[in-house]
Amino acid sequence: MRNNSEHDPMRTVPYRIRRVRRDTADTFTLELEPVTNQQPFHFAPGQFNMIYVFGVGEIPISISGDPAVTSALVHTTRSVGTVTKAMSQLKRGDVVGVRGPFGTPWPILAAEGNDVVLVAGGIGLAPLRPALYAILARRERYGKVVLLYGARSPEDILYRDELRHWRAQFDLDVYVTVDRATSQWRGNVGVVTTLTSRAPFDPLNTMAFVCGPEVMMRLTALELQRRGVAADQIFVSMERNMKCAVGFCGHCQFGPMFVCRDGPVFPYSRVKDWLGVWEI
Amino acid sequence: METLERILSEHPFLKGLAPEYIQLIVGCAANVRFEAGQFIFREGEEANQFYVIRQGRVALSMFTPERGPIVIETLGEGDILGWSWLVPPYHWRFNAQAMELTRAIALDGKCLRGKCESDHDLGFELLKRFAHIIEQRLQATRLQLLDVYGARS
Ligand SMILES: Cc1cc2nc3c(=O)[nH]c(=O)nc-3n(C[C@H](O)[C@H](O)[C@H](O)COP(=O)(O)OP(=O)(O)OC[C@H]3O[C@@H](n4cnc5c(N)ncnc54)[C@H](O)[C@@H]3O)c2cc1C
Ligand code: FES
Repeated sequence: MRNNSEHDPMRTVPYRIRRVRRDTADTFTLELEPVTNQQPFHFAPGQFNMIYVFGVGEIPISISGDPAVTSALVHTTRSVGTVTKAMSQLKRGDVVGVRGPFGTPWPILAAEGNDVVLVAGGIGLAPLRPALYAILARRERYGKVVLLYGARSPEDILYRDELRHWRAQFDLDVYVTVDRATSQWRGNVGVVTTLTSRAPFDPLNTMAFVCGPEVMMRLTALELQRRGVAADQIFVSMERNMKCAVGFCGHCQFGPMFVCRDGPVFPYSRVKDWLGVWEI
Repeated sequence: METLERILSEHPFLKGLAPEYIQLIVGCAANVRFEAGQFIFREGEEANQFYVIRQGRVALSMFTPERGPIVIETLGEGDILGWSWLVPPYHWRFNAQAMELTRAIALDGKCLRGKCESDHDLGFELLKRFAHIIEQRLQATRLQLLDVYGARS
């Protein structure tokens, strides 16, 4: 992975905000370009950057753009606390610091020849979007490709236009469900696990990429296994607070692993004993 | 030709049931069709059937005075709709409304209740299978309360 922090992962590089898009009431997407003339930014789907909001703090955010586009960096963020709220106030032209990319990617190449099921919960669609771009770019190498996406309510649905576009594609099955709906909503209601039992894929020949809050990933993995997908064919992306992002500080420890160095993408079989354990 | 017997005997819900039981159940079955927007049943009404959805989508909802109808879950092809016919006092716990043209096989629960009473093996088999459906609905309702996408777990 060649990038501008290849030799010094601790070096923060300034990026200017080229575009801000408000996706939902609490999520926004920033498109960043290097302030000085930099090398193209290469990353693999599933990787993340450490984003520094100057004077506030540094947080891990997955890259949510197309890996084939190396001129801009795209990050979709939900504001939950100090740094993300400050980040949501930034405007076009403001500058943030970027370190990365870090972490293990989704096994896009290993999935070739298989059906691929991407299961996203809430903001978890952001880290999966690059995987979908990469798969669609080489669509012929995969069997069925299915996207299952669950959001809290119709207003919380991310990337609406793109979902509409993906849904219209013949070679991609897109299912969206919401947890809470008024009677105006004509789509599915129920958490995303209810979709896994109905989606059209061959469980014995499927790789599943799952991203969302831990409870959602755990329940989804159980449902996928119930349908016959093996635990080592299911991949999840873990979240833990981070500081160094390079395996030094121990902040992101998850059982015997460090999420920044050994993850965030893990085979479910490797983390299943730790998911659902309190206080690790 | 797709006979009711074949469809029902191959349905995962009834798979493995002895052929004589399948035949008995088929004897209580009829094809039905609901237009988009049509109520299949309403909360509080007497529950005397259940449905195997063959095509379409059905919203299960509850009515609350403050928020109006709240959809709990949508069901689709292959799903089983309705368990209240099996548990006293045999009244529907939810509203079920077809969201689009929906075709289903309706099974007469009243007739099956009688058969379950006289043949406990059949009663036990059906109860086991419906316990799973009830568990699924309970889980769906629980998950909504958990707010699985909102909070960090
Ligand atoms: C590898 C990795 C990739 C990530 N990718 C993304 C991404 O693409 N988009 C994105 O929006 N977030 C992503 N996150 C999560 C993001 O890093 C956190 O939301 C962020 O660090 C919160 O920082 P804060 O200072 O705003 O919140 P804090 O001030 O640290 O926290 C404030 C409150 O929010 C709660 N909180 C913190 N994080 C979350 C969360 N993720 N969900 C719900 N509540 C939370 C805390 O428990 C606390 O109660 C990722 C995390 C990791 C480890
Ligand atoms: S963030 Fe420091 S070890 Fe992972």
